Amino acid sequence: MFGIVRQKISAGGSPLLAFGQRIRPAVSAWRGYSSAAKEITVREALNTALDEEMSADPKVFLMGEEVGEYQGAYKISKGLLDKYGPERVLDTPITEAGFTGIGVGAAYHGLKPVIEFMTFNFSMQAIDHIINSAAKSNYMSSGQISVPIVFRGPNGAAAGVGAQHSHCYASWYASCPGLKVLAPYSSEDARGLLKAAIRDPDPVVFLENELLYGETFPVSAEVLDSSFCVPIGKAKIEREGKDVTITAFSKMVGYALKAAEILAKEGISAEVINLRSIRPLDRDTINASVRKTNRLVTVEEGFPQHGVGAEICASVVEESFGYLDAPVERIAGADVPMPYAANLERLAVPQVEDIVRAAKRACYRSVPMAAAA
Amino acid sequence: MILGRSFEDMCAQMYYRGKMFGFVHLYNGQEAVSTGFIKLLKREDSVVSTYRDHVHALSKGVPARAVMSELFGKTTGCCRGQGGSMHMFSKEHNLIGGFAFIGEGIPVATGAAFSSKYRREVLKEADCDHVTLAFFGDGTCNNGQFFECLNMAALWKLPIVFVVENNLWAIGMSHVRATSDPEIWKKGPAFGMPGVHVDGMDVLKVREVAKEAIGRARRGEGPTLVECETYRFRGHSLADPDELRDPAEKARYAARDPITALKKYMIENSLASEAELKAIEKKIDEVVEEAVEFADESPHPSRSQLLENVFADPKGFGIGPDGRYRCEDPKFTEGTARV
Repeated sequence: MFGIVRQKISAGGSPLLAFGQRIRPAVSAWRGYSSAAKEITVREALNTALDEEMSADPKVFLMGEEVGEYQGAYKISKGLLDKYGPERVLDTPITEAGFTGIGVGAAYHGLKPVIEFMTFNFSMQAIDHIINSAAKSNYMSSGQISVPIVFRGPNGAAAGVGAQHSHCYASWYASCPGLKVLAPYSSEDARGLLKAAIRDPDPVVFLENELLYGETFPVSAEVLDSSFCVPIGKAKIEREGKDVTITAFSKMVGYALKAAEILAKEGISAEVINLRSIRPLDRDTINASVRKTNRLVTVEEGFPQHGVGAEICASVVEESFGYLDAPVERIAGADVPMPYAANLERLAVPQVEDIVRAAKRACYRSVPMAAAA
Repeated sequence: MILGRSFEDMCAQMYYRGKMFGFVHLYNGQEAVSTGFIKLLKREDSVVSTYRDHVHALSKGVPARAVMSELFGKTTGCCRGQGGSMHMFSKEHNLIGGFAFIGEGIPVATGAAFSSKYRREVLKEADCDHVTLAFFGDGTCNNGQFFECLNMAALWKLPIVFVVENNLWAIGMSHVRATSDPEIWKKGPAFGMPGVHVDGMDVLKVREVAKEAIGRARRGEGPTLVECETYRFRGHSLADPDELRDPAEKARYAARDPITALKKYMIENSLASEAELKAIEKKIDEVVEEAVEFADESPHPSRSQLLENVFADPKGFGIGPDGRYRCEDPKFTEGTARV
């Protein structure tokens, strides 16, 4: 576990460099903002969101491994210990089941804990409390016990950390009623969704991405306002298009936008939907888009079987079957535990060219075979 | 104690008559622990229990009719029929669950105790001296969450008492066959908190130890681990054929029945007459009978209840652009369950 922390420090907060590919938001997605828009990293967005919500509500506290004196394994909680003290920024022993359950118990009594998992992979040790103690209590108690808690941390594939540290849990948590599951992509998403999650009266699983923490995105003055909040359950159309719909969340939104740029050069106009909320899933936005473009490509890093793409596909088949002009293309991580070798790892997660190829197939353009690794 | 015993006996009858279903775990034999501890609590104090939670609920003041009705799956139950035997909640009485998994309740209880400390120290609610009791069994003491929470509760001096109801058997696994050092109370000092062993079949002794431990927690002096040696007079659940426990062992503990022992003590010390005790039993029988009648006559939950209470706002699915909760049914169940 500590190996990760050290690696991050030595990488100087730019782990993406190791990944060999920087993702930039498509310029067109930010047309609405003035050229003077400020830029902040996702890390700063999360940090300021936490800071502002802790400042606004004394019931909000942060708990987890290395969140205090160490300033967070990924420095998301930087400066918070100094500002709010050890009573509200709690360094815990290495005991996921223990501190997650403690957070849930505190939420039963009206406090608003933010539980940080150093990575979501470690949430497996605490999944009993996320599912059984948090998600189900409001229902089992017939509305007597609500659980206003946020479980947050980096989720999904990182770089070169092997199978146990590279796993997307979006579809796992999204299959459980009683949870809300959010996956931010940009700095705007990170700020708005984290603030919404902390203010929400229910348990929220907040899936960040390690490789996005150091990414910079332009933000408007509205986004930087302390009252800024993004609605839970609403997707964002990052780029409008008319030929094919591409759904994605978290890091894959950047890939989808990049694919859309390439497709545009070849005369295909792709609409990119940033899901933002995996549960509730914004079926309306997805279906409205598919009814317009008549084609759908879903993108996710997680495993394909019973994945987020599978659910989106089901929703579109149920609600918009008659509008589909091509089979739905589902792009997901390879159906194997994440390999360590860099070349195999690259093959195991979706790449921009995979999205381009799938979109072309959906548009019945001829597609060359994938290059061998 | 008598209410607990007679309520549980009635549960067995009702289970066999098909009035309640699923897993039903009865508390017979262990009443001295629930009564000895919970009757010392204030309403604001919290109790976290296990799947064997009916009597903890009763001791904390949840009316027998609300517990019975919950067991019948009726809308007048303490969780409107949405919880069931293993998931008793009552916010009003600060009974915060019924947890069906081994060890699951311990961190939640520790979190409840954490919230008392947080209220006092961060939110400056000076009068918040609420104590939490975590009840669990001997089997749980071999689970990691027990150790994780003993550590953190002692580390942060949380106002909690860990009450082990050591009934010697985890379903069919004997405590001595499962535990390297069967004296559970010794694990308290290992984490820097007092560990106490008490005869869990003697309500007065339990009460004495409980008073000390609860007082300690209330004064902000930290947690205590109390091991109550007790015995369940019935199988693990009503579905358990209970074939592994030695009849001689059962007889030995039956002779130490906490209710019989207290009666004997009261009569010998002229604290109550035989007739007065009989009157109490009669009154309790009436309460339990009434609870059954109430539960039987109560309505089943309506269809519309199926989709309620998934989130805090019954229809809430997040915060909308206007800053208020969105109230739209995402229609997940259309086509699967017509509601």
